[in-house]
Amino acid sequence: MTIVQLVFLLVAAGALFAALMVVLSKRLVHAALWLIVVLAGIAVLFVLLNAGFLAVVQVAVYIDAIAILIIIVVMLTQRAMGATKIQVNRNWWLALLTAVVLCVGLLALFNQMPALQSQAPTLEADAETLLDDLGVSLVDVNRFILPFEVASVLLLAALIGSIMIAWPRDSASEEERET
Amino acid sequence: MPFDLNDPFGWFGEWFRGLLENLGLAPDAVTFVQNVLGAFVLGTITLVATFFLIWAERKIVARIQDRLGPNRVGPYGIFQTFADALKLVTKELITPTGADIVPYNLAPLLTVMSVVGVWAVIPLAPRLTGSDINVGVLYVVSIGAVGTLGIMLAGMSSNNKYALLGAFRTVAQMLSYAVPMVMALLVPVLLAGSMGMVQITEAQHSYWFILLAPFAALIFFVSSIAEVGRAPFDLLEAESEIVAGFNIEYSGLRFGMFFVAEFLHAFTISALTATLFLGGWQGPGAIEYPLLGLLYFFIKTAGVYFVVIWIRGSFPRIRIDQMNSLNWKLFTPVALTGLVFTAIAEKIATEFSLNRIVLHLGSNVFLFLIVLTALRSYARARRREQEGLALRGSDLPAANTQTQS
Repeated sequence: MTIVQLVFLLVAAGALFAALMVVLSKRLVHAALWLIVVLAGIAVLFVLLNAGFLAVVQVAVYIDAIAILIIIVVMLTQRAMGATKIQVNRNWWLALLTAVVLCVGLLALFNQMPALQSQAPTLEADAETLLDDLGVSLVDVNRFILPFEVASVLLLAALIGSIMIAWPRDSASEEERET
Repeated sequence: MPFDLNDPFGWFGEWFRGLLENLGLAPDAVTFVQNVLGAFVLGTITLVATFFLIWAERKIVARIQDRLGPNRVGPYGIFQTFADALKLVTKELITPTGADIVPYNLAPLLTVMSVVGVWAVIPLAPRLTGSDINVGVLYVVSIGAVGTLGIMLAGMSSNNKYALLGAFRTVAQMLSYAVPMVMALLVPVLLAGSMGMVQITEAQHSYWFILLAPFAALIFFVSSIAEVGRAPFDLLEAESEIVAGFNIEYSGLRFGMFFVAEFLHAFTISALTATLFLGGWQGPGAIEYPLLGLLYFFIKTAGVYFVVIWIRGSFPRIRIDQMNSLNWKLFTPVALTGLVFTAIAEKIATEFSLNRIVLHLGSNVFLFLIVLTALRSYARARRREQEGLALRGSDLPAANTQTQS
């Protein structure tokens, strides 16, 4: 086992532990912070797999945008300082069962995959060319332009929708905002 | 190996490598030790340099305000910051009751880390870069996010309402100003055809990108000042409104870390502006003599840094609604339009092999005229509205008297 593999396993274990803490921590803010640890761990895994671009995007999108938004929502919607909740209700054993079944099923599935190796597969080209290929294939008519554009339209619709929700209803409240 | 003036940093690296290999280390271990030491040296130099940055800033702001500034410790007071740092180190580290211990202690570390981390990708001189990664610009954006996180954690975990308010303002400001900043960042990426900082610097060999995209440079500069939270955008720690904002509960060395991070961050955005728009280390003779490139880089960075301090000494703090409307109503649309204009101009220039500078400058002037017209009509509408309000206010009693008579 090389040092890289050891680091990979350690980081993966750390990310899994943090993921567990996301659902186990009593305070909602702590859960959000543990989520950031999970996302950072995944970014490290990307770095170890020679996918620097994905790692950086992971940090920029998930930690910068999504995780911070989650924290804001938590801070705005309830008293950020105190507020502890009980984490389990009487259906906890069902959730545990589902999780175990899912885990076993995924493991069984992965074990049948021929591509599953103990070593990380060597890349056919260097990272730069692969990145170029990724960029080109997103705007290539024969490849992924349709899903890419559909996603863009969806995001635009969400953007306009959020503006519509935030739009002041009557002129009185608008004047209040202006002054 | 003889000393080579054309490649002093490479020479030093080779020499050091030879030294370690003579000690009997394996080649892998030598690379590892070299990387760790390189990171250590870069981090230490930037943090030590902050002492002098704080001194320079206090001196310049003092001159702007017609004072002398620090002048007791050492010549021209240059060791004042060391005295201050010693005082901070000896102070007690207070942890407020009810604070969230782990995030509370993590926050200053994350804030400093996010600033020092940026220096890893800034090309200081030809063949002298911490790490030449091909997504350098994205890396700068994402490591900046860690700083936002640090400040948010500080505000949230201090168990203090003022700190929490400071954290909310952080969210409002840093997240929204990241939008025009990233869009302005994309312009040099587009012009250089690469996201690597080294390639962006090398693409500015014949002319600087500020010539091609003055608008993007201005937007990047102003929104990165806002991103750092310096005057006139220092709403995060507005003393007269929310006491000290997010760092109110921090004392001693923990506060010192926020303080160092803030000053170093201002210098870091100056270095980024110099790299992306002012050519970085480019200059006459820089490629042959990298030490000269290092000198050019720091002269340009110091120039931009002076402007940052100048702005800090000149402008009053803006209101929070002004901050938001400046960003969402002016910077974001202009940055977006500027990006589209740059893309079109670049395409036309390469397709028809026209003069690149003229095209880009022309598109920028066009954009400037549009912005100016829009701002004028907006100001007129606002003035008419206010005059109308004033008229209505003065008319009302007059109308009343008429009906009475």
